[in-house]
Amino acid sequence: MKKKSENLIRTHNCSVIKIKEIPIVDYETFFNLNCNLIQSPERHLSHYFAIEEGKALRIFSIISDDKSREIFVSSTEIDKKKEIPSLTNKFPSFHPFERDIYERFNLKYSDHPWLKPLRYPFYSQEKSMDNYPFFSFDSEELHEVGVGPIHAGVIEPGHFRFICHGEKVLHLEIQLGYQHRGVEELFVKKEKLLERVILSESIAGDTTIGHSTAFANLYERLCGFNTTEDLHFSRALALELERIAIHTGDLSALSGDVAYQLGQAVFGRLRTPIINFTQSWGGNRLGRGLIRPGKINFPFTEELKQSLTDILIEYERDFVEMAETFFLRPSVQARFEKTGTITKDDVFKMGFVGMVAKSCGINRDVRFTHPHGLYKAIKLQPTILQSGDVHARAYLRYQEVLRSIEFIREILQTIPSKISKKDLSDAPLESQSLAISLTEGWRGEICHVALTDKNGKIAAYRIKDPSIHNWFALALAVRNNEISDFPLCNKSFNLSYCGHDL
Amino acid sequence: MLTIILALVTGIFFTGIIIRVKSLTSGRKGPDILQPLRDILRNLKKGSVYSETTSFIFKIAPSIYFSTIVASLFFIPFGTHKALISFDWDFVFLFYMLAMGKFLMVIASLDTGSSFEGMGASREAFFSMLIEPAMFMIMGSFAILTGHTSFSDIFSKLHNGSYPITMTYAISILSALIVMLIGMVENSRMPVDDPKTHLELTMIHEVMILDNSGFDLGLIMSASILKFTLFGAIAANLFLLPEKSLLINIAIYFAVQIFYAAFIGLTESFMARFRMKKNPQFIYTITAATLLIFIAAIHSTGFIGGN
Repeated sequence: MKKKSENLIRTHNCSVIKIKEIPIVDYETFFNLNCNLIQSPERHLSHYFAIEEGKALRIFSIISDDKSREIFVSSTEIDKKKEIPSLTNKFPSFHPFERDIYERFNLKYSDHPWLKPLRYPFYSQEKSMDNYPFFSFDSEELHEVGVGPIHAGVIEPGHFRFICHGEKVLHLEIQLGYQHRGVEELFVKKEKLLERVILSESIAGDTTIGHSTAFANLYERLCGFNTTEDLHFSRALALELERIAIHTGDLSALSGDVAYQLGQAVFGRLRTPIINFTQSWGGNRLGRGLIRPGKINFPFTEELKQSLTDILIEYERDFVEMAETFFLRPSVQARFEKTGTITKDDVFKMGFVGMVAKSCGINRDVRFTHPHGLYKAIKLQPTILQSGDVHARAYLRYQEVLRSIEFIREILQTIPSKISKKDLSDAPLESQSLAISLTEGWRGEICHVALTDKNGKIAAYRIKDPSIHNWFALALAVRNNEISDFPLCNKSFNLSYCGHDL
Repeated sequence: MLTIILALVTGIFFTGIIIRVKSLTSGRKGPDILQPLRDILRNLKKGSVYSETTSFIFKIAPSIYFSTIVASLFFIPFGTHKALISFDWDFVFLFYMLAMGKFLMVIASLDTGSSFEGMGASREAFFSMLIEPAMFMIMGSFAILTGHTSFSDIFSKLHNGSYPITMTYAISILSALIVMLIGMVENSRMPVDDPKTHLELTMIHEVMILDNSGFDLGLIMSASILKFTLFGAIAANLFLLPEKSLLINIAIYFAVQIFYAAFIGLTESFMARFRMKKNPQFIYTITAATLLIFIAAIHSTGFIGGN
């Protein structure tokens, strides 16, 4: 699969490449190369990060091609003190990644349009948020509304600064970083496998399965372990169960935000049997402890299959009935339609992934575009909607839940009988390599990248939650909407704070 | 006097019924019908916390708001039983007294200097302003119909036989519905506002009182219940029959109030709230519907058409 072309290396999902095989080009070539790559609409930026190598910085760019299923890895080396032109200026989808590099290594970009710290103030010299350079207007007619970081509901902290004209939002600036825990550094520091996998489960609490699957797939590749059928099975099943549970909970919350009590109550109730099943399978409702590299502590049995089949029949009946009522309710349609619209153009420009892209008519879903494991064998029906508004994002959840149920029913027909019990905790890792793993969590594309040193130890670990792309989609979506529709828009994206802050 | 006692009795169970209806329709058991009253009592026992940026306005506003609503109950008669206070054009006085209470709440919330509360205040003021004509249209129509201008006279003369009872009852039913809708807008309930939401950016009334606590909050909560019973009492008065006994009339009164509470509960259960931008349209629709009452009134008095 690994083909060498002049300035980059082509690979695929869940693969390991030797770092020295990745060509190092000068920044100008790297710049032009990435500009050319990202131009095509079927490609998007999966990750873009830098690691310190003495006085120099080595920047890696990982671009995924959704059509050819290839992943392009390119890299450059630059002097830390040098000022360089930014890719963001041409292709804004690079903006959070370049800001991250600026914040960590103080690398100066000469023409970055929005060079502010990404997770202020954790890597920066300033240790308080008080002097954050918020965008502001000098006007008598406009007013600013600041929301957070303490949130009215019991959710995570983040600060939102609106500039409004009356009820209309002109601009929203989202400033996060309050949840920074240094997860990426911990992956390097904690050397036990169990510590690392538990860490991966807590990158974003609502995507436990998504992140732990991404980690497990990556780690197994690094160990040279061929993932067995039963591991693929349990990961795909757990991932779809997580998707169903979170989507249902989101529909409940969306009903709550438009004060549609019936939907809130019914969808809220429907989430419970699904997460309870996950608990009866793996002992935890969110799926903690379920995914482990090389083994599974909770093999899927015939009894579990029977109980899941029964649960799904009952679930589907009630879910479809409620969803049909919900989406046909005029007062609900009035709130959802044409609210918080994202255009296809925005998605291409900003590189949005997951539900945001899928609700704008773009099939950017790792399960189809970069399949791994069971997704290679079993054909799922992609769910693509066109309108890009809150309604599309809500309806997408409804449709995806149905697709996931179909998928689960299909994979349940053959439960793998051989159980893998391989203990990988002392297995040596491939040295001086770069491993990439993409997983479609319920929110969108999760990308984990690990780099190992010459002793086969993890030298750097880089995590990308889809939220890092998509927070900006929220900022775009609320423009020219009413400020009172902000909570609804926010919920329709349901992005992760700690997934962003790491 | 009778109205005040009845209004207070209604207040005991009114919000309880709303919450109970909402619970039952969503498949829950729901709290005790007296729970809202207990919440109020609990709040009244507590002390208030005041922000350093607020002035005396913030401290007096809840009491004035509460007293305007209690005072306005004195103007409501019970059928032929006159109200405690009654004079010509007292309905104009009543509505402006309510507006004064609201005005104080608005400036009190501006007093806190919070941008949230500023938004809430501007919304509340805007919607109250829009709903005002509707109330005057209704009372004006009844003034034309009966030839009197005080609540007591209007309600005691309404069903006394000068017009066919079916006609006055038909007008009453439409008016009662509109009075109930006005009460819902005035009290910031669905579909205009969602009292249950935790999202400050979408709130109208709730965000205005974010800074109020303890005793003040208790006063505001009881005031909004009394406001419901006030509008319910106006609606109920439209159905009271002078020739029937007092007991039957009291039964009618409670039937209307319970219907009102259940109506609010059902509305809040089975529909989503409006987008903020659509609220004025909804309020205009209410006002437009009052025109029907107005036309019916002037038609039957012979101002136009008839003899």
